[in-house]
Amino acid sequence: MRDWLVQQRIKFKMVGGRKSHLVTNWEIQRKMKYEEELDPQFAQDVVKKLGSDNLFGCIQCGTCSATCPVSHHMDYSPRRIIAMTRAGFKDEVMRSFTIWLCASCYSCTVGCPKEIKITELMYTLKQKAIEEKVYPSRFPIPVLAREFARTVRNFGRNHEGLLLLRMFLKTNPFKLFTMSGLGSKLFFKGRLEIMPHTIKGKQQLLNILHAVENGNGNGNHGQ
Amino acid sequence: METETMASNGKVMAGEKPMKYFYYPGCSLKSTGRAYEESLLEVFKALDVDLQEIDDWNCCGATAYMAVDDMKASALAARNLALAEMQSNGDGAQIIAPCSACYLVLLKAQKAIKEKKEKANVLLEAMKNNGLYYTGKAKVRHPLDVLVNDIGLEKIAARTQKPLKGMRIASYYGCQFVRPYSTFDEPYNPQTMDMLMAALGADIVDWPLKTRCCGGTLTGTIEAIGQRLSYILLKEAEKRGADVVATACPLCQFNLECYQDSMNRTFEDNLNLPVAYFTQLMGLAFGISEKTLGFERLFVPLKTKAAV
Repeated sequence: MRDWLVQQRIKFKMVGGRKSHLVTNWEIQRKMKYEEELDPQFAQDVVKKLGSDNLFGCIQCGTCSATCPVSHHMDYSPRRIIAMTRAGFKDEVMRSFTIWLCASCYSCTVGCPKEIKITELMYTLKQKAIEEKVYPSRFPIPVLAREFARTVRNFGRNHEGLLLLRMFLKTNPFKLFTMSGLGSKLFFKGRLEIMPHTIKGKQQLLNILHAVENGNGNGNHGQ
Repeated sequence: METETMASNGKVMAGEKPMKYFYYPGCSLKSTGRAYEESLLEVFKALDVDLQEIDDWNCCGATAYMAVDDMKASALAARNLALAEMQSNGDGAQIIAPCSACYLVLLKAQKAIKEKKEKANVLLEAMKNNGLYYTGKAKVRHPLDVLVNDIGLEKIAARTQKPLKGMRIASYYGCQFVRPYSTFDEPYNPQTMDMLMAALGADIVDWPLKTRCCGGTLTGTIEAIGQRLSYILLKEAEKRGADVVATACPLCQFNLECYQDSMNRTFEDNLNLPVAYFTQLMGLAFGISEKTLGFERLFVPLKTKAAV
């Protein structure tokens, strides 16, 4: 009887903007996580990679979120990212858009009263997300980062035109049409390099990159 | 900082020898930021300062590589530091890095090698095995720092032939050379560029957004977010009556200037605000021709007022 009453309380569910049939099989989802579902190791991993443990001293004042120029587009504000990292919400932090939206402007870092290097923390989380391949696929920012790394490995230098071409091909090829106007304007102003410049010491550079990769044991090809 | 003495011929003498710096262009100054390189070289030449480009430099890694791998990003930067030190035959090389991202990344590597022993060992070992050494003698400097603190505003004012009278300049510092390491200026209200522009005779626009983010690479990746940030900056500068925004970073310049058409479409506005490198404006005051300074590369032409 009580079940039936609860069912009556369930109204029409909106599916794709259309009123669907009366929902009969329903389930209430738990919105919270129990402590045992968190990853207690996560905070330690991040701290080790970051090389500083002062994020445990964060007083949750919110200065970082307040000074962040892109916080209003983030799914979790920088302050919450720190709290969630400490608490072990690994999946939420690693899959968040926040870490990719950080433009590394360092406003939070200079404002933090506990001198937490928040921008570096975001970098660390980005590196972890690329390592574990948990970033949103076809999301331009991580794609750009990896294509950048590839371009540098190819030539020893970056090539802006090629980099953007590769990024748009992997994320949204149609954007190339909208960008072509800007591209040709840059070209006529003499602001586009046509041929990438390959440095003489490319092999030397690759050897160094390879060596430090083995040096820190967790090589990340950005592939 | 070496003390300078003004010789009678107007040449700045640092200690005993004429000033010489190494120059790290970075990738942008060879393509979209070419005007920056052109004007920077002209201005330093006009001030009798010798700039030597680091031979066979590689990409510094910028912000994008740091998101992929911290160690490799530092290695990219460290190779440039080593090259500069070796090309200076082991005495202290001062490297001028005009691009904000290059400046910060190189500075970060310089600090890491000095302070983080473990990391430094890995980096230096890898470089040593490939015939490169770095002992921390090569130091990274920002051109603004060099101009204001080494060369001095008096000399720059003395070199000015066509003062920028009546030109209202909003100095835009952006992020990465005032934050997080405020080596020569302060992070919230930096003054170096304003002082420099005032020395050239320009009017300074009081503009509180001078260190607010322009959007960085977000303008290209997620336009709705990135271009909005640039738009806010431009709108405020326009409201405060700026004739031109002076920048010190190729990415800031690109974001603020080249996306103006796109912003006008998005925000149904009619922005048309010139954005020039601070070195271009210096060159203008020094009486160097606009073509030499790369002014024709700008999308929005500078409305020059006849110099008095």
